[in-house]
Amino acid sequence: MQRTITFTVNGEPRSVTTDPARPLLDVLREDLGLIGAKFGCGERQCGACTVLVNGRPTFSCSTRVATVNNRTVETIEGLSDGEILHPLQEAFLAESAFQCGYCTTGMIMNALALLREKPKPTPDEIRSAMDRNMCRCGTHLRIMRAVESAAAGVEGGQQ
Amino acid sequence: MMKAKASINRRGGEGETRRGGEAGLRNPAIAEIDYDELLEPMRFSFALDRRSFVQMLGAGVLVTAVGVPALAQRRGRGGRGGGGFRGGPAATLAARIHFGDDGTITVLSGKVDGGQGSRGELAQATAEELRVPFDNIQVLLADTGAVPNDGSSAGSRTTPSTVPAVRQAAAAMRQLLVDHAAKLLDVEPNALELSDGKIRYAPTNRSLTYAEVAKNEALAEKLAQQPPSDVELTPIEKWQILGTEQKAPAGRDKVLGRHQYPSDIKRPGMLYGRVLRSPKYRAKLASVDLAPAKEMEGVVAVEDGDFVGVAAPSSFAAEQAIEAVAKTAKWEAEELPSSEELYDYLREHADGGVPENPFADEVAKAAKSLRATYTTAYVQHAPLEPRTAVAEWRAGPSSSPAVPQLTVWTATQNPFGVRGELASAFRLDEDEVRVIVPDFGSAYGGKHTGETAVEAARLAQAAKKPVMLRWTREEEFTRAYFRPAAVIDVEASLDSNGRLATWWHVNINSGGSSIGSPYDVANKQSRSVGSRGPLRHGSYRALASTANSFARESFMDELAAAAGADPLEFRLANLKDRRLRAVLEEAAKRFQWHQRVKNKEPNRGVGLACSLDKGSYVACCAEVEIDRVKNEIHVKHVCEAFDCGPVMNPDNLRNQVEGAIIMGLGPALREEMQLADGAIKNASFVRYRVPHFKDVPTIDVHAMNRQDVEAAGAGETPIIVIAPAIGNAVFHATGVRLRSMPMKLAKA
Repeated sequence: MQRTITFTVNGEPRSVTTDPARPLLDVLREDLGLIGAKFGCGERQCGACTVLVNGRPTFSCSTRVATVNNRTVETIEGLSDGEILHPLQEAFLAESAFQCGYCTTGMIMNALALLREKPKPTPDEIRSAMDRNMCRCGTHLRIMRAVESAAAGVEGGQQ
Repeated sequence: MMKAKASINRRGGEGETRRGGEAGLRNPAIAEIDYDELLEPMRFSFALDRRSFVQMLGAGVLVTAVGVPALAQRRGRGGRGGGGFRGGPAATLAARIHFGDDGTITVLSGKVDGGQGSRGELAQATAEELRVPFDNIQVLLADTGAVPNDGSSAGSRTTPSTVPAVRQAAAAMRQLLVDHAAKLLDVEPNALELSDGKIRYAPTNRSLTYAEVAKNEALAEKLAQQPPSDVELTPIEKWQILGTEQKAPAGRDKVLGRHQYPSDIKRPGMLYGRVLRSPKYRAKLASVDLAPAKEMEGVVAVEDGDFVGVAAPSSFAAEQAIEAVAKTAKWEAEELPSSEELYDYLREHADGGVPENPFADEVAKAAKSLRATYTTAYVQHAPLEPRTAVAEWRAGPSSSPAVPQLTVWTATQNPFGVRGELASAFRLDEDEVRVIVPDFGSAYGGKHTGETAVEAARLAQAAKKPVMLRWTREEEFTRAYFRPAAVIDVEASLDSNGRLATWWHVNINSGGSSIGSPYDVANKQSRSVGSRGPLRHGSYRALASTANSFARESFMDELAAAAGADPLEFRLANLKDRRLRAVLEEAAKRFQWHQRVKNKEPNRGVGLACSLDKGSYVACCAEVEIDRVKNEIHVKHVCEAFDCGPVMNPDNLRNQVEGAIIMGLGPALREEMQLADGAIKNASFVRYRVPHFKDVPTIDVHAMNRQDVEAAGAGETPIIVIAPAIGNAVFHATGVRLRSMPMKLAKA
């Protein structure tokens, strides 16, 4: 039982014919070669698989690909302008807001959604919004600083 | 596949005994690696026919840019499995440092980087001694076909062992190249200047690059020599690159989502694997029917002894296939103690029984004495990237030594050990196996072994195609080895002046790291005894040091209370070790211990703890707030002082210490594998709660950066004092002593 699902990934129209019950994450990684979103738990707990669907942060590991039919999907691969990093990517680098980095792409995508909705979040709002993502290396304080400094940079017109 | 060899679970004993009067501390240079040893390996016994490997479909193998040093490692070094936990010296200078014609300089090491920063640190070490910029150095890690065996990335050994080895090689290389350049330019070596990888003679402005000199035929013999171990290294006061902040080399790729973790490797025609697991923890497969999987399109199913697995064109198809097979499986399960029975069970099954306090007579006569039992639960490392391996068998005869029969990309802290596991499981020579470890999604001591690699290779062998096996989160929680649970008895007595008179400490089941008391006690002994732990256990960040430091530092607090003394003053009065005193005093000063312990607020408390392990010293002060409604402990502020000798990379060190503190909150307050009905009951992040953003306190880290001692590793020791500092703070807040990790307040 295959179905053709059509959606937009990082601005490009894509179409896959596959089992509609497959997770969006698997289709991105295994069919479209977009490896930036990661598998961490498969149970909507860690956020390593976070992508934006119609602008909302979404656990792609637990989202059937059929549900993104006719929707827009944004992944980390679409964030930079070629080699020019997005302010969030710059901020994560500047703060060394990672160790192994496996959670990083999900963190950045989640933070991107936050900053679009609230360009100047308070530290409590950052903590609360980021709490849907896990970091096992314990770089939480750095991640919060990175989001804060990216927000300041965006406000300062760097974007 | 998981043999119930409970009796294998033994260690400890005499080696851990400390006679009274001894410092009770091990020389880190000769420390045994007790925590590194996996006590119960997963065992595979495949019914193999060697001839069956020979003709297989497959594809080429990624060949690294560096051809020369491949297989340069001297064979036969490094002990068991041919892999070697400790590794050995690089066979030749050329096997350690490679100069490309394009000007790149590559340092090769058998270490891995799972986020701890070894890649950057080894680049710093090389750049420092070669006198080239940090960014000029490429680091090739953990490809057994190309790099020297530097042993396992464990025990905080990269800094004290591998960094010096790399510096020696780089310094020797620099001398060799400068001397030879002097010959080529017909000048004295000391008339030459070095900058940016160029050797220059100023009066004539003639210069040669390292690469130009290195490719000189006349040097070949010297480059084929083993790196010396007595070259003069750059002294600390002249460091330009070591000791400075340098960004992780792979950082840019990581924020771009480009970095290829093991689970991102994709090979032509690759299938996705799954392995059949029993619902109960220990069970023997009685029967299974593979037909439902084999009927699925593109699915390969394997049964070989206890091993049953599938490979399919997508992860989703593999899941469907393994679920179909699982429905047919019949198991004979074994009983296991439940979580409630666990600690009695460990005590009852202690090897040779639990030894008695040898100072019982002194205790009976003492002014004051106390006895207490502490416990720590089984916990999992829960690295965010589950164990993953991609295995590929060569089709046909080899075209190059870089393409052996079997190539596996995987995450492991012990690449040469995993090569040995693969060779042994498939009855191959080690030269016929190549293990490549891309920088991976963390381990914390949890990825020493190669079971995922062996399983992936078995599936790939059956499928005749490359196979990726990525464990599920549930497999991570149930099939990976655990940090062992512990039962720890401590008993001590005080003299009439309130000073420690005797000390007795027994760890049952979790090991002997940091078991010796650093305090001055006339009569002290400690013992580590094995037990028949029901779960397969192995290493973890600082392993038993956490349990032993939790028991000792909590008990020191109990003794301070019994003596009517301030916990800081009580420790200092019984402590001569200068480095440990220094971190304790530093942490207390920065935390403003004296004011905060006196100005107690309702439902708030402060606590402290100190300890040492693997040549580094740590002290921690913590503040907690008690939520009386929810009966929860909230950690508000942590201040840690850490002495690991000279600091190699200040920001990476802070990152490691902060990370250790945050990770340590988990087993201190929440993390615990729950056992019931012979099964793990909380194999999910929903019911196994690791630290989240909302749990993270304010953290102050102070590195002592002592220049007069040897550098020690820093990734582990900062985790060992967070739990006792929290427990002591809870006591200060509530008067309740919590002696079990995870620490939970009883319902009011």
